Amino acid sequence: MNGEQSALAEHTVEHKPTYGIYILVWLVLMTLTGVTVAVAGINFGNITIATALTIAVIKSYLVLTFFMHLKTETATFKIFVAVALLFLLISISLLFSDYSFL
Amino acid sequence: MHNNGHSVSYLDYKGKHTGLNAWILSTDHKRIGLLYLMSTLAFFAVGVVFGFLMRLELIAPGRTIMDAQTYNSFFTLHGIIMIFLFIIPGLPAVFGNFFLPILIGAKDVAFPRLNLLSWWLYILGGLLAVISVFLPGGPADTGWTFYIPYSIRSTTNVMPALIAAFILGFSSILTGLNFIVTIHRLRAPGMNFFRMPLFVWSLYATAWVQILATPIIGITLLLVTIERAFGVGLFDPALGGDPVLYQHLFWIYSHPAVYIMILPAMGVISEIIPVFAHRTIFGYKFIAFSSIAIALFGSMVWAHHMFTVGMSETAQLIFSLLTFLVAIPSAIKVFNWVATLYKGSIATDAPLLYALGFIFLFSIGGFTGLIQGALSVNMHIHDTSFIVAHFHYVMFGGTGFGIFAALHYWFPKMFGKMYNMRTAKTGFWFLFVGFNTLYFPMFVMGWLGMPRRYFDYLPEFHIYHLISTIGSWILITGLIIMFTNLWKAMRSKTTYTQSNPWGGETLEWSIQNTPTLENFEVIPTITAGPYEYKDNEEPLVKENN
Amino acid sequence: MSTIAEHTVDHVHRDDEGSRLGMWLFLFTELVLFGGMFLVYAVYRFTYPQEFHLAAKELNTSVGALNTIILLTSSLTIVLSIVAIRKKNKSLSVFFQIVTMILAVGFLVNKYFEWNIKIHHGIFPGSEILLGKANGEIIFFGLYYVMTGLHALHVMIGVLLIEVMTGYTIKGRINETNYVRLESAGLYWHLVDLIWIFLFPLFYLIT
Repeated sequence: MNGEQSALAEHTVEHKPTYGIYILVWLVLMTLTGVTVAVAGINFGNITIATALTIAVIKSYLVLTFFMHLKTETATFKIFVAVALLFLLISISLLFSDYSFL
Repeated sequence: MHNNGHSVSYLDYKGKHTGLNAWILSTDHKRIGLLYLMSTLAFFAVGVVFGFLMRLELIAPGRTIMDAQTYNSFFTLHGIIMIFLFIIPGLPAVFGNFFLPILIGAKDVAFPRLNLLSWWLYILGGLLAVISVFLPGGPADTGWTFYIPYSIRSTTNVMPALIAAFILGFSSILTGLNFIVTIHRLRAPGMNFFRMPLFVWSLYATAWVQILATPIIGITLLLVTIERAFGVGLFDPALGGDPVLYQHLFWIYSHPAVYIMILPAMGVISEIIPVFAHRTIFGYKFIAFSSIAIALFGSMVWAHHMFTVGMSETAQLIFSLLTFLVAIPSAIKVFNWVATLYKGSIATDAPLLYALGFIFLFSIGGFTGLIQGALSVNMHIHDTSFIVAHFHYVMFGGTGFGIFAALHYWFPKMFGKMYNMRTAKTGFWFLFVGFNTLYFPMFVMGWLGMPRRYFDYLPEFHIYHLISTIGSWILITGLIIMFTNLWKAMRSKTTYTQSNPWGGETLEWSIQNTPTLENFEVIPTITAGPYEYKDNEEPLVKENN
Repeated sequence: MSTIAEHTVDHVHRDDEGSRLGMWLFLFTELVLFGGMFLVYAVYRFTYPQEFHLAAKELNTSVGALNTIILLTSSLTIVLSIVAIRKKNKSLSVFFQIVTMILAVGFLVNKYFEWNIKIHHGIFPGSEILLGKANGEIIFFGLYYVMTGLHALHVMIGVLLIEVMTGYTIKGRINETNYVRLESAGLYWHLVDLIWIFLFPLFYLIT
């Protein structure tokens, strides 16, 4: 896209907003939170923390995609988010190359 | 001469503010660019004075004009000022602000008020850094790198310096944010990404680094501040903290920071070379993509500043390899610039001289960077003046000369005046000779073992220090010649109305000198790339008197 | 405004997508700011696994879980407030915004009590009791206070931001055809929620 924009809000898909989808997502988020806490009570060692983090990632995905409307934004936004996450991923991986090895 | 912003220059229009407020409260990207120009040059002058005095101290072994504690503060302040207040903001905040909207055919940046806020934050951070010198406790003496544990033990004014750097980081972030949205949303009709001038590409890549990397140093310096204030133990080895972790975090920003410094300078060179060779740039897409590649790879090499601190061998090998790889996109640019010059119709005006100076000096800096990237060699030259020479070649010979090139290139457009070309070239030669005399000996003595940040040294290094200090005097003479020449031109009553003195084809040369408030009366529609010279023909953009 | 006023501001075209783009970019800086803290956490967790495990027992999982539910729900209410204003239901939108703020304050109240209890037990940076513990535990609590403290600061900023939006909504400056500011405030709020989504398991659930 180029050129000056004098447009109104430009959500590509959402012509008619609804409450329902968000309430549904919220219910899923509540459930996932419950699962995380329940699993944490059972001591599986490393699997517990891996599960907790995986669930955190899923929750984040839901918040990003639905609550933050990433789903309906243009590709530019999605690429931006990917770039930011890539930077964090690179940083943590290379950082651990120092700590994980002798 | 109507007063509706259509043919009145940006220097003269009357808005709702008057006097000083018309400048310091202006949201016009051009005025903000000039505000940054004046402030960055003022801080540069202070940084030069520190450098001059440091070199004076080092002209002979032992104490010459200051004691060791003062010397430590001097190199700390020299680093903080030059890096955070001159080189990082320099090109993006001055020339990016002034020319980015014009180059893409826009009236201003996406968020003009945010732009003004960026400048105010810059001034706030700068003032805080200056004030820290005079507060009780004395100026920080930790080096601009604030390494743990000394930065949490030193009784000097480390906190104000840290907070100043934090605020300056915000200024940088907001500028980057503004530029990315501007480039995505405000390009003129017909200007797709591959018709953008290469300076714009470089600003784009730089902006991403500004946004993603700067917050890391933000949090790191914040943590050191909190450590000093509350003793939380996050880095303090006495409480279980890891000083090397601090270094990792520090360099995760500060290495990409050097790409914030160099990418726009490379962008300026990419603008100047085709114009002064009257030829289209060689390999436009390669140069454009190389900017992105440098930003990406540049974020993966930070630990090459830490090869001697005791990292794992695996990490050392990985970072050394990545360091070699990051040189490749830079080399691509150098090859393409030289290829552009080949068989061109070369005009050796001051902008081109500075651009050629850049290529030469940056190449030396780049090669010595590779030398440093070799692990075994690094063990011997880390923390010696070899490193000091290297980074001055890339930051000063590179970005510094890039700034001088941009000044001489865009001067007539910004001010509607023209400087004396002979004096400008004389200034260049003083700078070039002075620069090499000042810094080349540092390579030699560093190789021979002269440590950096040392107030005193063994007699065997004396000759190098002597030559270097004399070089600093030649360099400063060059700076005085150059800036006096430009200053006189600015103050001159003779206006210069040739809107395209160099025969450029990018959009700034199609509008009047000292552009109007909104740059263009009519937003142009773009139908071609920015450097479409056809083998030494006249440029597509005609001059208008 | 008079014709000779600053044209740049007057003529600023409205660009909602650009505004949202700008907000997302700002969110990235916050993401990396906290990301840096998570990096520090990760390194020390890797270095001091036992001590972290031990120290985390001092934290109350129930309060943490409650706070998680509070924030997730507040994310729901802020997004519902946007749906409401788009459906021209101004009072419902204002209602949801106020609920969001109440939930946020609830979060802060919980956090206040949490910190208070710990400080009462003598566990805070620089305290004798904390310094008497193992290094890894000192680091754990250092991270705890700094990260939850910085997060709480952002919650406070978020509340202020939403309060401003509520004012705009009541006055009609945010309405069904012009709601990008509410969206941007909502984006900021969701980020605050996202950070907590990771803080919660990493501090409360590693026992």
